[in-house]
Amino acid sequence: MRSPEPAGQVYYEKRKAVFPKVVDGPFRRFKWLMLVVTLTIYYATPWLRWDRGPYAPDQAVLVDLANRRFYMFSIEIWPHEFYFVAGLLIMAGIGLFLITSAFGRAWCGYSCPQTIWTDLFQHVDRLIDGDRNAQLKLEAGPWNATKVFKRGVKWSIYLAISFWTGGAWIMYFADAPTLTVDFWTGQAVPVAYATVAVLTATTFIFGGLMREQVCIYMCPWPRIQTAMLDEKSLIVTYKDWRGEQRGSVKAKEREPDLIGDCVDCNQCVAVCPTGYDIRNGPDIACITCGLCIDACDKVMDQLGRTRGLIDYATLEDCEHERAGGERRSILKTALNWRTLAYSGVWAAIGVALLFALGTRQRIDLSVAKDRNPPFMLLSNGEVRNDYTLKLRNMEARPRPMSVTLEGLPGAAMWTDEMGRERASRELQLTVAADQTKPVRVYVVAPEGTEEDEFSFVLAARDREAGGDRVETRFDAPDEEEEDE
Amino acid sequence: MANKRIDEATGVETVGHSWDGIEELNNPLPRWWLWTLYATIIFSIGYVIVYPAIPMVNKATEGLWGWSSRGQLAKEMKAEEQRRAGTVAALAATPIEQLASKPDLMRAAIDGGRAAFRVNCVQCHGSGAAGSTGYPNLRDDDWLWGGNIKEIETTLINGIRHPGNDATRQSLMPSFGKDGILPPADLAAVTDHVLSLTGKSTANARGAQLFADNCATCHGPDGKGLRQFGAPNLADAIWLYGGKREQVEASIYKARAGVMPAWTKTLDPVTIKMLAAYVHSLGGGEDFVAAPAATPAAAAAATPATGEANAQP
Repeated sequence: MRSPEPAGQVYYEKRKAVFPKVVDGPFRRFKWLMLVVTLTIYYATPWLRWDRGPYAPDQAVLVDLANRRFYMFSIEIWPHEFYFVAGLLIMAGIGLFLITSAFGRAWCGYSCPQTIWTDLFQHVDRLIDGDRNAQLKLEAGPWNATKVFKRGVKWSIYLAISFWTGGAWIMYFADAPTLTVDFWTGQAVPVAYATVAVLTATTFIFGGLMREQVCIYMCPWPRIQTAMLDEKSLIVTYKDWRGEQRGSVKAKEREPDLIGDCVDCNQCVAVCPTGYDIRNGPDIACITCGLCIDACDKVMDQLGRTRGLIDYATLEDCEHERAGGERRSILKTALNWRTLAYSGVWAAIGVALLFALGTRQRIDLSVAKDRNPPFMLLSNGEVRNDYTLKLRNMEARPRPMSVTLEGLPGAAMWTDEMGRERASRELQLTVAADQTKPVRVYVVAPEGTEEDEFSFVLAARDREAGGDRVETRFDAPDEEEEDE
Repeated sequence: MANKRIDEATGVETVGHSWDGIEELNNPLPRWWLWTLYATIIFSIGYVIVYPAIPMVNKATEGLWGWSSRGQLAKEMKAEEQRRAGTVAALAATPIEQLASKPDLMRAAIDGGRAAFRVNCVQCHGSGAAGSTGYPNLRDDDWLWGGNIKEIETTLINGIRHPGNDATRQSLMPSFGKDGILPPADLAAVTDHVLSLTGKSTANARGAQLFADNCATCHGPDGKGLRQFGAPNLADAIWLYGGKREQVEASIYKARAGVMPAWTKTLDPVTIKMLAAYVHSLGGGEDFVAAPAATPAAAAAATPATGEANAQP
């Protein structure tokens, strides 16, 4: 196969492996903090216990797909309450906008799983191969015993981390201790093994091999973010008006007017986890982690020059500073109207969800009337209508309930368990923990009853009250057509 | 293929043809695309060999694996049959009056009965089992031949007035008018008497006398019917053939004799059992009382009107 490219011109550039150098500074320390916090949340959450009594699992966070329940600490969500999850997802989406509006691509820089696991794997690289120079040397060197050994160890650690990552994921979907035992004894469901296999592979490939390419070529979020950023957004930027023209310390001594602050030490590129040169200007490859700022500030300190040649600032503030103004605080940028608007929407959804959560009913009644036939004439002239009631108990304990008739004078009802002879206007039932109980109910009304609306009223008969009311109809024969 | 040349603008070789000076660059298909094509060709060869593929005169080639959609259906039906085998065996071994003590089996029977009802019964009794004129409503509390689960099963097994079956539910009301047993005036008097039982007409002595002479044997002196003869209760609100005066009179004139097939000729005993359980579950089923023996006294005690009489405390 021949490519249509003109001879000599190549449109595809092979990946240049990135070997970021160790750096220290406020941004790096924040990145460490985020790494530890997010990974701890991810790996440890399924192991948190939460006592819900004998009828519900004691795992704090559990997506119980088999039984269609979602547990999160004291909250239990049924499938029909999925809007809570949808609301959380919307809040997460708006939260991304909010963070972007306030702090630029901070999500990319500190908390995106791709960033976190890439960072983790780069630490593994340093642990096994040494810092940037050692890694470069090993990469360029021949495949001797040392290299084979080091690569073997490194990739084994990659694999272990990846496996642990995939393994932690499935713990959210079943009781973690039980599943762990089942997993290692070969008794877990096949989908558990498949999920672990897939997530192990994706973690290994994305975090271990592809790394920054995922951000630069695959991920849609940087593209969306570029549309969200403007001159008022915080970005990591190189103050070219201050840095250019680059030159050594000696050159600047010779020609102070021509040579800028950048000594072209290349530290900013060496520490960059995506291998980007920030001095080329803002780019999708810059995930805004700020490690180049840490590196550059250190150099500036050593040279006795002002910090912030590479800075976390808005383009507008850079212009302001260039014109001789004071360097502005980050907080001022973060509190713009856009951020406030996003915060407002985000908080409004959150308050609405909390309100819905606080006022939701934990028992529920639904009524399905038999329509074929709509009514039955009984031998003594009474009219019977049949209904299927569904009593839902969403609490993790059995609850006694009563169903009463409201309206329809003279009517009574019974169930298959009771029998006709004990018919009354109130049924007393107990619904098992976390269950929906279907009940066939026969409602009989005296001779001459005409078609009418009435209600089934559900009430809890325990201390925690609550109830529901469903209006339905009662069909009866027309007087004239009674005999047909 | 003569005039192959390198196109200057793109640096790609042409295919060598020229149509009115228009040439085509030789850009072959990507290799992955070609390999995919070859792979599908190889797959199709294997498919044609192992699966039915080539249409012949009467049928298609069978393929090495012998697969067919009919065969697959048969296999799935067989698997389903095996899955249900335990339930079916348990149903076969359980006398129907003992089903009530086995809730799981009862539930399975009702579910199976619901399916069988849709196939065999809805033609007359309707999909809601509510019947229509001449076809009894199976959901109410009025039963011609008995409404406990055992009686329903017996009715299903033997049918009603099924020709050629000695065990069938059998009874015959004379056509009082058509056969000239009663003159028209007497017919009207009896009709009045029957309607007076439910307050729809005024009682009259002539009618009462005629009823006692001609009807009470089967329908009982008070018109409440007798299940051993399948004689309907005339004193209740339910009229199989309509309760208007002319409808009642027509029933007396030409008599009525509904027919139901003896299902034992069509269905297996387990399906009949399931149908009985389903019909019994529709809201009108009566409790089964183990009678000491089917004496006339016991049968008479089973008052036909409501289920309450038969209900166990």
